Amino acid sequence: MAEIRNYTLNFGPQHPAAHGVLRLVLEMDGEVIERADPHVGLLHRGTEKLAESKPYNQSIGYMDRLDYVSMMCSEHGYVRAIEKLLGIEAPERAQYIRTMFDEITRILNHLMWLGTHALDVGAMTMFLYCFREREDLMDCYEAVSGARMHATYYRPGGVYRDLPEQMPRYDTAQFASTAEAKRRNATREGSLLDFIEDFVDRFPALVDEYETLLTDNRIWKQRTVGIGVVTPERALQLGFTGPMLRGSGIAWDLRKKQPYAAYDQVDFDIPIGTNGDCYDRYLVRVEEFRQSARIIKQCVHWLRANPGPVMIGDHKVSPPKRADMKDDMEALIHHFKLFTEGYCPPPGEVYAAVEAPKGEFGCYIVSDGANKPYRLKIRAPGFPHLAAMDEMARGHMLADVVAIIGTMDIVFGEIDR
Amino acid sequence: MTPEDRLDELEEKLEELLEDFEDCQRVRARGELTLTVPRDQLMPVMSLLRQKRALAFEQCIDVCGVDYATYGQSEWVTSKAANSGFGRAATHDLPQMDPHNRFAVVYHLLSVTHNVRLRVKTFLDAGRPVVDSVVGIWSSALWFEREAFDMFGIMFRGHPDLRRILTDYGFIGHPFRKDFPLIGQVEMRYDPEQQRVIYEPVSIEPRTLVPRVIREDSRYEAGWKPEPPTGEAD
Repeated sequence: MAEIRNYTLNFGPQHPAAHGVLRLVLEMDGEVIERADPHVGLLHRGTEKLAESKPYNQSIGYMDRLDYVSMMCSEHGYVRAIEKLLGIEAPERAQYIRTMFDEITRILNHLMWLGTHALDVGAMTMFLYCFREREDLMDCYEAVSGARMHATYYRPGGVYRDLPEQMPRYDTAQFASTAEAKRRNATREGSLLDFIEDFVDRFPALVDEYETLLTDNRIWKQRTVGIGVVTPERALQLGFTGPMLRGSGIAWDLRKKQPYAAYDQVDFDIPIGTNGDCYDRYLVRVEEFRQSARIIKQCVHWLRANPGPVMIGDHKVSPPKRADMKDDMEALIHHFKLFTEGYCPPPGEVYAAVEAPKGEFGCYIVSDGANKPYRLKIRAPGFPHLAAMDEMARGHMLADVVAIIGTMDIVFGEIDR
Repeated sequence: MTPEDRLDELEEKLEELLEDFEDCQRVRARGELTLTVPRDQLMPVMSLLRQKRALAFEQCIDVCGVDYATYGQSEWVTSKAANSGFGRAATHDLPQMDPHNRFAVVYHLLSVTHNVRLRVKTFLDAGRPVVDSVVGIWSSALWFEREAFDMFGIMFRGHPDLRRILTDYGFIGHPFRKDFPLIGQVEMRYDPEQQRVIYEPVSIEPRTLVPRVIREDSRYEAGWKPEPPTGEAD
């Protein structure tokens, strides 16, 4: 009989199931994982160091590029830290807009997660379905900020501008006939809020559609039930947050426990799992789809009824109106100083966290009174999740590693920073 | 119970339970509590924070390093700049500072039971930045401490696997230290003659686009005065 020995398998960084640039060094005994050693940092850009060399506002764009599937939530964490440092509060309308866009972002992120996770495990159709809906949500991003992904929409003291009255429409083009353009524009006749409301009205039915494909699917259950089980105690120990923690049965959500923006004004529920396996985490995230749609709907109603400012009027932090600058010297100076030098928050340190789709996204800022952060530490939710790879994958088969990477909802932009 | 009430309660409990550790300082600002602990008392204090049921900090949310080498320094001295200009006035020299408190390790703890956060800070020597590892108390510190080691060269005594994590294989230096240039030390390119990727010293010059300015006047908050940070050497 041939002698059996352990061998080392190199997984990634160019593997389609590695979600970007994960290099996993797996020690295997046959097909069973003995040890998993993730090598990260292939996407390290030194965001924290770059932020030290720029005025506060110029780093907001970097936050979009951290977790590049939940852009506005990362912005929110950073902007909230600055606001806490400056001791300012965004106007109520801006808080509702942020709440709404945080939830749009959550759906965007979970759609990406569901599509790729299912694709990794072998369900091709999910990927196509999920990306169909992502397109509509990215149009919402584009309508408010002009960019489909890297919005830079949240600013300290509010949001960059109010919601547009008119949802952008498709033109007739070479590849889109008049009839096609008309079909596409059916939901775009009104304002952005109308478009969003239409989306959240039809979205729960779409979630049902995803569920018919997966929830009772025998293959899906065989691949996820009992895989990557984490007990509640271990989940806390390992620093899990977000759906990873809730999947293990701990009802912890910053939106409920330490509310920010307008989360204390809206109604929603926190789904939790019981077994802490990949299947439970799937169910938790699918329920979050429905809850997010519920929150968005409430925000839409509030925003329709309550017009108002979306940015504070303090021109030390927010730029003055272009029209004011034409005949007001003070406004011109404010504009010049804000864009050349920025603002100097008082010395001190703050930590502000938001419930990003992947878990707790926090920013720790040390200020020495300068116009740039002295130190910015970004607490990315995916980082401790991936650190638990070894513990979660040990004793599982090679194919389960793919399911575990999928369930962690890993994005390297935020892990490597 | 409001967050402020919970923080009041935490402060009372800390006062009582940390009686034996007289050198620990508590600072409360902006609705956050910071506990500065001398480095040799870190382990007992951390175990206490984790294990006492009244405190129950189950989660170590974050561990990070901070390099205080250039704290409170402007690149551009506003009074001189009128005659010297931007570029010439920007300086990048490391100042003379007390090497005993150059580095800090900052822990952010969260108690899920009591719904409060606590920041624990400990200052380290510039020459020998060594501190005890908290991996035995919170498993999540495993990678966070590796990152702090990689970025700042802070050593964690008792860490089971203190390797670099984010930087390249074979990287030299600790990039988040204030004396490490933003543009780095080496750049990488493919050399067609040797038919492999090679490293060379960087060819670009460091530039300051927006100088770092500390305004002595307070324009954004009424009544604050610049003051040295807590725990920082004078």
